[in-house]
Amino acid sequence: MSAAAPPAAITDPAAREKAVAEELFARFREGAAPFDTAILQPAETLIDLYGEDMRARAYVTRDPLRGELMLRPDFTVPLLEAHLAAGGGAGRYAYVGKVFRMQEAGSGRPSEYLQVGLEHLGGEDPLAEEIALFLEVHEALAGLPVRIETGDVGLLVAAVEALGTSRARKDALLRHLWRPGRFRELVERFGGRRAPHPAQAALLARLAQEGVEGVMAGIGELHGLRERDEIAERLRALLEEARTPPLPAARLDAVERLLALDCPLGEALPALEEIAAELPGMEEAVSRFAERVVALARAGIEPQEVRFAGSFGRTSLEYYDGFVFGFVARDRPDLPPLATGGRYDALAARLGGARLPAVGAVVRPGPVARLREGE
Amino acid sequence: MSLRLAVPSKGRLQEATFEWFGARGITLRRTGSGREYAAAADGVAGLVVELLPAGEIARDLAAGRIHLGVTGTDLVCEKIPDPAADVQSLAALGFGHADLVLAVPVPWVDVATVDDLDDVAARFRRRHGRRLRIATKYHRLVRDFLRVKGVADYALVDSQGATEGTIRNRTAEAIADITSTGETLRANRLKILDDGLILQSQAELFLSRRAAWGKDAQDALARLCARLGLDLPKLKGAGAASS
Repeated sequence: MSAAAPPAAITDPAAREKAVAEELFARFREGAAPFDTAILQPAETLIDLYGEDMRARAYVTRDPLRGELMLRPDFTVPLLEAHLAAGGGAGRYAYVGKVFRMQEAGSGRPSEYLQVGLEHLGGEDPLAEEIALFLEVHEALAGLPVRIETGDVGLLVAAVEALGTSRARKDALLRHLWRPGRFRELVERFGGRRAPHPAQAALLARLAQEGVEGVMAGIGELHGLRERDEIAERLRALLEEARTPPLPAARLDAVERLLALDCPLGEALPALEEIAAELPGMEEAVSRFAERVVALARAGIEPQEVRFAGSFGRTSLEYYDGFVFGFVARDRPDLPPLATGGRYDALAARLGGARLPAVGAVVRPGPVARLREGE
Repeated sequence: MSLRLAVPSKGRLQEATFEWFGARGITLRRTGSGREYAAAADGVAGLVVELLPAGEIARDLAAGRIHLGVTGTDLVCEKIPDPAADVQSLAALGFGHADLVLAVPVPWVDVATVDDLDDVAARFRRRHGRRLRIATKYHRLVRDFLRVKGVADYALVDSQGATEGTIRNRTAEAIADITSTGETLRANRLKILDDGLILQSQAELFLSRRAAWGKDAQDALARLCARLGLDLPKLKGAGAASS
């Protein structure tokens, strides 16, 4: 006699999404502490982290008593905050729940959907945590036709640090790492490939003649919070920048090559070594990258099957700062990525704690369910 | 069903709208006592006129409550999430010109471009521990503009009027507002950034793609367009949008 009759096929997409979410959560919570948090989150923390753009991506509402609130766009920030408040250290967490994101008109993408996630915080061996978490996601999606895309924001940071130019220029580039258009503009300007704006050229000429004090003497009465010494300080910074020699073309080209790199993960290392040869100081980041490829291969991930792109992860939320990855359904451009994740060691410090090795990923059960059903 | 046209409920914009239609043989006039918000049209059969605040005209066009409306480009772009899908401009009317611009205090000699503003925003945040505030009522337009330009470390603060005064009141460091002659900006010692033009606006005659385009409305539109010398717009899925 057969066992109980198989349950009738679930046809409601929301119910299927929920069933897949529960299955993924059950898998992720083995060896991890379950985490949950309120749907209404204080808006300030998130806007402070991501800026005004966040308002265009998340639902912001107001409470006369609690101030500005946001419908949870993400679990990672409240999770990390709770972890730090509980004393930090090492911890593995799993969560499941709805997140809310505003979508562009006509995109057809849902504005509320389930997310299942896991985060490995702290830990003795960050690379091992990274690989373990990646494998968990990989296994959860086993059997599905996916393409794995990876990147390494740490390589980009290291390349900028190795540019051998002023701290001000490096800071400007690092600040705009996540805004590719702005980044390119800065690269061109620092490389002397773009003429200064006429107004700036005129200001520099005046500064050369009258000096910072001379220019400041004529600015008149000042209103608002920005004070005179701030203006004077920036004038001095503009002079300093004008005196800084343009970045050598070879170094800029190396950064451009890194951003344009797109190849199987197994073929990236020689290209990265060539790039690092132009950017002394990048070697450490490249050797960390090499160790990761070896560790992935040892864990059974074939490096030729995984894509590596120098720019991958640059347009997502800006907390990633190391290894980043995404699992994308093959031949299904209509589906959002099934899973995304990466290293975000610096986030704890930005939330007021100490730097903490951290890696996390989210899986979206909705598209996973659709892909499994072949629709 | 008739063709519903909404025009601004008062002021210079209303006068200019009446003049524009009048010059093309369509008389719009207020009816009832001077304070009553009612109007009528002569010259096109089936055309019904209503008086509404310009901001509500934009909203009602998007909702399909009216077929046609005269309002500013700025309001359509700010208040309608997907203007191209919801409305179509039939004619630019040549008045109500105004530019939405980014402006900073004149004494900021070090700031002439959006690029400078971005750099100042980073420094301001380091120094003051908070984001540089830009006062505006055009939140979406300003945020989109700054995102495309790659500006970070700013915060928008809402200002529904007398925006130029926010800096003196220390509630903002910079502003984004509508200006036609620049006089108010100059009087408040503000200067427009060289590349700080966010949107050029004027009064336009808009058509709602979301309205119910029954046969009567389409016929009246054809008569109106003939009178105004405008090409008759193609109405996709006419009549189907109503529910």
